[in-house]
Amino acid sequence: MNEESSIPFEGERASRSAESVLKVRDLTRLAKEVLENSFPSVIVEGEISNFKRHMPSGHLYFTLKDEEAQVRCVMWRSDAARVRFDVADGMKVIVKGRVSLYEPRGDFQLYAVSLVPAGQGALQLAFEQMKKKLEEEGLFSEEHKKPLPRFPSRIGIVTSLEGAAVRDIISVIGRRFPAVELLIFPVKVQGDGAAEEVAAAIRDINKMSDLDVLIVGRGGGSLEDLWAFNEEIVARAIYASKIPVVSAVGHQVDFTISDFVADVRAATPSAAAELVVPDRMEVTAGIASAMRVIRRAVGQNIDRLELELEKLSHHYALRQPLSLVDQKSQMVDELARRMESQTQFYVETVENKLSAFTKHLNALSPAAVLARGYAIVEDSRGIVSSVRKLNIGDQATIRLSDGTLDSQITGKHEQGI
Amino acid sequence: MSKASKTKEELTFEESLNRLEQIVEVLEAGNASLDESIKLYEEGMTLAKSCMTRLNEAKLKLKKIQKNAGGALEESDIEN
Repeated sequence: MNEESSIPFEGERASRSAESVLKVRDLTRLAKEVLENSFPSVIVEGEISNFKRHMPSGHLYFTLKDEEAQVRCVMWRSDAARVRFDVADGMKVIVKGRVSLYEPRGDFQLYAVSLVPAGQGALQLAFEQMKKKLEEEGLFSEEHKKPLPRFPSRIGIVTSLEGAAVRDIISVIGRRFPAVELLIFPVKVQGDGAAEEVAAAIRDINKMSDLDVLIVGRGGGSLEDLWAFNEEIVARAIYASKIPVVSAVGHQVDFTISDFVADVRAATPSAAAELVVPDRMEVTAGIASAMRVIRRAVGQNIDRLELELEKLSHHYALRQPLSLVDQKSQMVDELARRMESQTQFYVETVENKLSAFTKHLNALSPAAVLARGYAIVEDSRGIVSSVRKLNIGDQATIRLSDGTLDSQITGKHEQGI
Repeated sequence: MSKASKTKEELTFEESLNRLEQIVEVLEAGNASLDESIKLYEEGMTLAKSCMTRLNEAKLKLKKIQKNAGGALEESDIEN
């Protein structure tokens, strides 16, 4: 290093090797290497002057200075794109970058990779600037805001599939009013490219004609995390949306540019879900009350109809069927009565017959025959039913109803046939 | 809701409720004839019951929208 930094005099040239004589480009290259190796990353605070945005390249050129010194700064377009506020002369900023040397001019320069305002937060400043710009353009105007449908049937959600926001929205809508379809358009909600994805999703969803409302948002996070929703591209996509948009970014206290452009701002994703659907219980109560009103309202007509019917029912034509029934029922009674008396008659007949039969049986008994004046003749062998069974002189017993007579046969007269 | 040419069966929930409210208004005004009011009564009750059923039996439908290779938007069901 010492060798190279001491520029050789012309007179010494002969005594030194040819290689040690440097060309300007060698010097600047060496100096550049030294600078780059010594200051690969520095953070410097200073005031901006001579600010220039080169077009069309988009690179930023400025000088950073303080009371005693200044340094030239460059910021390439790719880095400049991440600067979230409008840079201007006189601004106090903190620059992060690396030191190098611009060989064509031999200038030592700071190559800035990030630029934030000193003091006030860069994001806050950017937010205020964007808000002012879009407000002046009329993107927040009340006249442009669309009303939300009372009873949406298809609800679009532009958010991350992984975040808490989507879970909150699903759970609230599922509980409040599940008679809907939720269409989730998954997007990146933070980091590089998030704003572009959100904006593209809003534009794409607008090509689907049958969505009733759109929730765009994410759960809580740092200002940096929520940044996509402060980007101009998202704001313009929301403004251009034909479908009403509810913005639902972060927590209650977080306000984003999206909130101002959206048709309705919800404090949180859960609040957005409550805004887009009614409460099922309230709707049910409303329907029940409509039913009561309808019933009551037609009540008078129904009453009149009933009166009509009442009158008609007294009409002979309507009474006729009833009297027929009466007749039939009378007939049934009659038959029942007749059946009863028939049975009675039968029973009596049987009883009479039985009584007659008993009398007949009595009439056949020997005692009854004897009582009528007949006699039974018996001998030692039993009843004598023929004169031939007894001879003159035989002993016989004559049985009468009240006793017996002992007798001896004294004569015998056989009856001729 | 500017969905054109719908039959009665295809009424959205909102359309059904709007019709129900209309019926309530007409009946409350009391100018409808007996025939008319009986018809409105029947229609109103049918609408009210179908709305109730839809509310009580509805299950949240979850879908995902994604762009396919051709750049067109596709809906696919996802599990709750």
